Amino acid sequence: MAKAPARAPAPSEPPTSNRERPNEPQPYAASKDELLKFYEQMLLIRRFEEKAGQLYGLGLIGGFCHLYIGQEAVAVGLQSALSGDDSVITGYRDHGHMLLCGIPPKDVMAELTGRQAGISKGKGGSMHMFSVEHKFYGGHGIVGAQVSLGTGLAFAHKYRNDGGVALAYFGDGAANQGQVYESFNMAELWKLPIIYVIENNQYAMGTSVNRASAEDQLYRRGESFRIPGLQIDGMDVLAARGAAEEALAWVRAGKGPIILEMKTYRYRGHSMSDPAKYRSRDEVQAVRDKSDPIEHVKKLLSEQGVAEDELKKIEQDIRRQVNESADFAESTPEPEPSELYTDVLVEKY
Amino acid sequence: MAIDIKMPALSPTMEEGTLAKWLVKEGDTVKSGDIMAEIETDKATMEFEAVDEGVVSKILVGEGTDNVKVGTVIMQLDGEDAGAGGSTASEQAAPADKNAATKDDNPAADAKADEKKSDKVEDSAHPAQEKVETGARQMFEAAKHDAEVRDPAVPEGTEMVKITVREALRDAMAEEMRADDRVFVMGEEVAQYQGAYKVTQGLLDEFGERRVIDTPITEYGFAGIGSGAAMGGLKPIVEFMTFNFALQAIDHIINSAAKTNYMSGGQMRCPIVFRGPNGAASRVGAQHSQNFGPWYASVPGLIVIAPYDAADAKGLLKAAIRSTDPVVFLENELLYGRSFEVPKLDDWVLPIGKARIMREGSDVTIVSYSIGVGLALEAADKLAEEGIDAEVIDLRTLRPLDKQTVLASLAKTNRMVVVEEGWPTCSIASEISTIAMEEGFDDLDAPVMRVTDEDVPLPYAANLEKLALVSADKVIAAVKKVCYRR
Repeated sequence: MAKAPARAPAPSEPPTSNRERPNEPQPYAASKDELLKFYEQMLLIRRFEEKAGQLYGLGLIGGFCHLYIGQEAVAVGLQSALSGDDSVITGYRDHGHMLLCGIPPKDVMAELTGRQAGISKGKGGSMHMFSVEHKFYGGHGIVGAQVSLGTGLAFAHKYRNDGGVALAYFGDGAANQGQVYESFNMAELWKLPIIYVIENNQYAMGTSVNRASAEDQLYRRGESFRIPGLQIDGMDVLAARGAAEEALAWVRAGKGPIILEMKTYRYRGHSMSDPAKYRSRDEVQAVRDKSDPIEHVKKLLSEQGVAEDELKKIEQDIRRQVNESADFAESTPEPEPSELYTDVLVEKY
Repeated sequence: MAIDIKMPALSPTMEEGTLAKWLVKEGDTVKSGDIMAEIETDKATMEFEAVDEGVVSKILVGEGTDNVKVGTVIMQLDGEDAGAGGSTASEQAAPADKNAATKDDNPAADAKADEKKSDKVEDSAHPAQEKVETGARQMFEAAKHDAEVRDPAVPEGTEMVKITVREALRDAMAEEMRADDRVFVMGEEVAQYQGAYKVTQGLLDEFGERRVIDTPITEYGFAGIGSGAAMGGLKPIVEFMTFNFALQAIDHIINSAAKTNYMSGGQMRCPIVFRGPNGAASRVGAQHSQNFGPWYASVPGLIVIAPYDAADAKGLLKAAIRSTDPVVFLENELLYGRSFEVPKLDDWVLPIGKARIMREGSDVTIVSYSIGVGLALEAADKLAEEGIDAEVIDLRTLRPLDKQTVLASLAKTNRMVVVEEGWPTCSIASEISTIAMEEGFDDLDAPVMRVTDEDVPLPYAANLEKLALVSADKVIAAVKKVCYRR
């Protein structure tokens, strides 16, 4: 049966806690322009990912390719609250986060097709993309690694006292990795400025959360480390942005890490070859019908009097942008054979 | 009954120590479990407990006395229990209660301690406790050999000072931390405890807790945090209490640190040093005795360094910290307390990836690294007595490997033996053999021979451990074989 994420999360405060808690986040009161921006960004991710799926089907993208379709509101809402000093790190479902960091779609798409012009010169692929310039630190293929690495980014922010916060995304699957808890411990011990974002899309590959997690309310996973957690509707970009505001206020006040469990849903398979046996088509369709994050914003925009034509124009712009990036990614050359031996080490010895 | 209380040993390789403090005075009554004295080496402090009961009749070695030989009678006790249990014991056993040695939950450091100046000849007036002849002791003894060839990197006329490998490593870190605020050190017991093996001694005092950071026992986590901090622009030194424990963190060393620069097309770097003791120590058993040199040396994207003497330890650790690449820096616990000459220079930095000729010779080349170099030099001395002139090469860096130095020596001697304190299969010795065959085949007058540890987990029993480890005798036998000598 369908498990559409609840719009209004239940109050998450344990009844006996006397520790300081973050305020219950409120939906962000977005201006019309901000709402339009959210719409545009979510749509860019959706269309980009759909195109990536097509290129995969044509054999232009190889290996693994994890699409973000359905989860767009999470990254859009959270990253819209960041400042230029903050850093972002995630796992292998990373295309959307990269686009939001300001990395041009064609650089990402060309990496997916393994071309020299790709953001990693074609040597990383879908799961291994980085842009230090945009403070996007990957793009990591080992489930959970980005949690420790992200904690290290937070350590660097604190060490330099630069006011930056690290945003480390990981999935409900990674939430069961041991290093996550090693990192939680040190992050709280040292009061590191980090927001741990659990993108709970309900399935770790084909294993549903409650088949893998003894405590399936993942926002509670920090409790034994005294890290507060909030459970947020990840299908609602305004809820996501509201949560980011609370989390950033907490972390920037020097109170240490915080966990945001974003209840979301992935429409596509885990990667491109997915048996789709672990959930029903009806379940997926029900979420799309009832909870689609883009439709939600579209509706809000209509209510605010934005004309259908204006939204169409945004859509057309995005399609053009995505098509251009796909054309580029198909036509731009593969790396020179000599690139095989570059970048193994930085220095010469 | 008078009981002689002797200077205890903190470890199988300790020969002398400092009687830091008496906690009892003549006339005091002591009973089993009372702490009578504090004994120190440069590595550790131990509280010396009474085993027998009685009255302190005489204190024979005063507080603050250095270089007290193990086994020296330091006090006498008038026993009260004569006849109580039919005991005829007239003296308290010298080996100290291990639990008293270090009162923590650190079995690695607890079980292992070494001493300073133990290359001194034993004082026959004070015969030490009977020492078990172990494989580790043989390696430790051999590790007193200095290079016979001056390192060409040392300018003519430079003053040399003798310091331990431990001090050299500490000085390297301290100098680089003074020079660059991005450099910090993190690991288990590196700060308040002053280092499980005292390598970080004094760093907390100088640099404070922002830059010298005690971690929980959580290797995977702090290796990841260190790697992430390096990606974020800092220059971490991550200490593993031993590299055995780094197995829990090897994912970050390889998947995160080593591969990132390549995977990012050269835009995201990970300038980090993973350092700590590697290889067999003394009688610590299989899980604490393994050489990971070949493991890390097989990984593109890593620099792997394994120094032998103090000058290389200092010069190469400074180079490792400055490098923008990830470095695995493999130290050796048995070498920490060994003293070697180090050039007295403001900034002694060595090039990474350059082997060193430790002894020149014409008949055979012995290639080694880390503690194996001491054995190679000892074997070379003995072989010289038999008319075989061996050249000894210390690889120093395992990745990238200095093939040129190895092949040039092979071209000169036409025979080669590789000595490695580690397993034989897929070893550095295997790699050197392959290089000699592929690129030096015409120079070979005999097959290259590998002298390594036996292909078994390291046993605990002293006799078995000795059988398992490399030794100078095994090196000599192999050299004679490649020289077709008996």
